[in-house]
Amino acid sequence: MNPFTTVTGPAVPLNIGDINTDMIIPQKWLITTERDGGGGFFGNLRYLDDGDVPNPSFILNEPRFQQARIVVAGPNYGCGSSREHAVWAHLGYGISAVISSSFGPIFFDNAAKNGLALVIMPETEVSRIMQQLLASDSNAMTVDVMRQVVLGPDNHSYFIAMDPDHRSNLLTGIDEIQRTVESFPYIDAFEKKDRLLRPWIWTSASS
Amino acid sequence: MIAALRKNAWEAGIRIFDLNDDRQGIVHVTAAEQGFVMPGMTVACGDSHTCTLGALGAWAFGVGTSEIEHILATQTVLMRKPHSSRLTVTGRRARGVTAKDLALGIIGRIGVNAAQGGVLEYAGPAITDLSMEERFTVCNMGIEAGARSALIATDQTTYQYVAARPECPRDLDEAVAAWERLRTDEGAAFDREFHVNCEQIAPQITWGTNPGQTVDIDSAVPLLDDTMPANQREAAVRALQYMDLGPGQQLIGLPIQKVFIGSCTNSRISDLEAAAEVVRGRTVARGVRALVVPGSSSIKRVAEERGIHKVFLEAGFEWRESGCSMCIGMNSDRVAAGERCVSTSNRNFEGRQGNGARTHLASPATAAASAIAGSIADPREVGGL
Repeated sequence: MNPFTTVTGPAVPLNIGDINTDMIIPQKWLITTERDGGGGFFGNLRYLDDGDVPNPSFILNEPRFQQARIVVAGPNYGCGSSREHAVWAHLGYGISAVISSSFGPIFFDNAAKNGLALVIMPETEVSRIMQQLLASDSNAMTVDVMRQVVLGPDNHSYFIAMDPDHRSNLLTGIDEIQRTVESFPYIDAFEKKDRLLRPWIWTSASS
Repeated sequence: MIAALRKNAWEAGIRIFDLNDDRQGIVHVTAAEQGFVMPGMTVACGDSHTCTLGALGAWAFGVGTSEIEHILATQTVLMRKPHSSRLTVTGRRARGVTAKDLALGIIGRIGVNAAQGGVLEYAGPAITDLSMEERFTVCNMGIEAGARSALIATDQTTYQYVAARPECPRDLDEAVAAWERLRTDEGAAFDREFHVNCEQIAPQITWGTNPGQTVDIDSAVPLLDDTMPANQREAAVRALQYMDLGPGQQLIGLPIQKVFIGSCTNSRISDLEAAAEVVRGRTVARGVRALVVPGSSSIKRVAEERGIHKVFLEAGFEWRESGCSMCIGMNSDRVAAGERCVSTSNRNFEGRQGNGARTHLASPATAAASAIAGSIADPREVGGL
C-alpha cells in the first residue's frame, strides 16, 4: 500500500444518512475475486435500468462532481455488509477520502488497510461543509492527513482528530501482516498457554 | 469464485463443506449447528452477520478481505478494545411476538447506529427466556443496531445446545465450569446502556430502507411531523419514495408479489416450523411467488423428516436448497424493480434483494401469513399462533 499524506480535489456531497455498503457497491459487482470495483461505485444509483446509461439525476453524474476525489456524507457511512469491495470501489472510482460524522465499523477498518482516508468530523461541521457544497460552484477541498487538517470549499481550515491507528496506517502505508509477523513469539506463547487453559477450544470431536 | 475457494482451501489444508456436503449451508447457521463455535471463542468471518454467533457467548465479528488475509497468515487480527453497550430487555413477550419482532422492535427504538460499531450485550429476563435459535436471530440483527459483535451470556440453554453438536468435544465439564464465569460483573460500566420493555413490542414490519424503520404491524407508516426527529425525517422521506408509501399509510393489506422465508436470521428449524404452522392447510395467494430456503442442508433434511416441506409444497411455496438466496440477490433469486417482498432476512436496504426491490422485513410467521393473504398480513389474525 502506498503512503497517503494529502488529497486536494473536487468534493461531492452525499446528503444521506446511513449509506450502507450495499448502496456503495451493489451485489452484482461482487461476483469477482479482483480488488477493483470502481465501475460499480454507487452502481444502482449511477446508472439507469441496470445498465450503462448514466442516471442524470444522481449527483455523481453532474459534470462538476464527476472528477470527485473526496466524498462528504451523512452519518454512519459504510454501515452494513463487510464487503471490502466498498472500499476498493471508492479507490477505483478515484475517491481518496471520505468525511462523515461516523462510519460503519467494518468499513472503517477495511478503509485503513487500503489507503482510503476516513475523516470523522462533528456533525455540525459536516453539515456546514455539505450545505456549502450543495449551494455553490466551488467544491475544491483538501484532506491533509499529515497535518490533520481539512480545508473546506470556502478555504476554512478545520483541525481533524483522527483515529491514531487509521492515521498511522495511511501515513506509513505499512503492511499490517509484516508488523504482526514480528510478534510471532508472543502469539506462539499465547497459544501454548491457551492450549493448557482451554483444551476444549483446541480439540474437536472429529479431529 | 467457487472454483478459487475450492482450490485455495485444498492448497491450505482448510476443511470445506462443499455444495454436495450434507452439512453445507449459510456459514453463520452451519458454524453453530456443527459445533465449530463455543462460548469464550474469538470468531472472525468475512461477513457482517458473524455477530449471530455471539449468541453462544463468543466474541464474534465480521471482517473484510484484508483482515481475513491477516488472520489466515497470523491467526490474529489487530484491534483496539471496542466500545461497549448493554441492552436490557424486560417484560414478557405478548402472544405472536417472535424473536425477529423483538430484534426489529429493539432497533426501531435504539436506532441503527446505537452500538456505534462496538460490542452489544443483550441482557435481561426477556433475553434469558429465549431459546438458542431465538438468540441467534436476536444477535444476528445486532449489526443492524450498529454492533460489530453482539453477545448473550452463557447459561444452561447454551451448554445444552453446545453439548449436542457433532464437532464439540464430548467431555465438557471443565469447559462449562469455565463458561460459567463468562458473564458481566455486577456493577460493570458500559459506554452506553439501553432499556426496552418487550411488552410494548407487537409483531413488526419495516416500512423503510433500514431495519430501524419499523412499526407494529397493525399500525401505520409514521407521520413525518414533529413527532419524528428532524435528522430521521429526511431519511424517511427518501425511504418512503423508494418504497412507494406515504406517511400515515396502513401496511396491512398492502399487495405483495414475493415472500422469502430464509437467511441467516430466520432459516432454522424453529423458524420453518413457525411458518409451517401458519401455512398448514392454506394456499399461497395468486400472483405471489413464495420461497422457503432452509439455512443448511442439515436443517432441510430435518424438516423433510418431519414433513414440513410437504406443508409448504402443498400450499404452493417453493422448497429450495439451502443458501443465502433472496436475502442478497446475488443469484437469480431476486425481487424485480417495483415489486414488494415480505422477507425474513435482515436488510431492507435499497436494491438489496434486486435493483428497485421493495423489502418489508418481518418474522417467518408474518411472511407466511402474508404469502397466504397476498398482502401484508398480521399473523395473529390468520391463526396458527
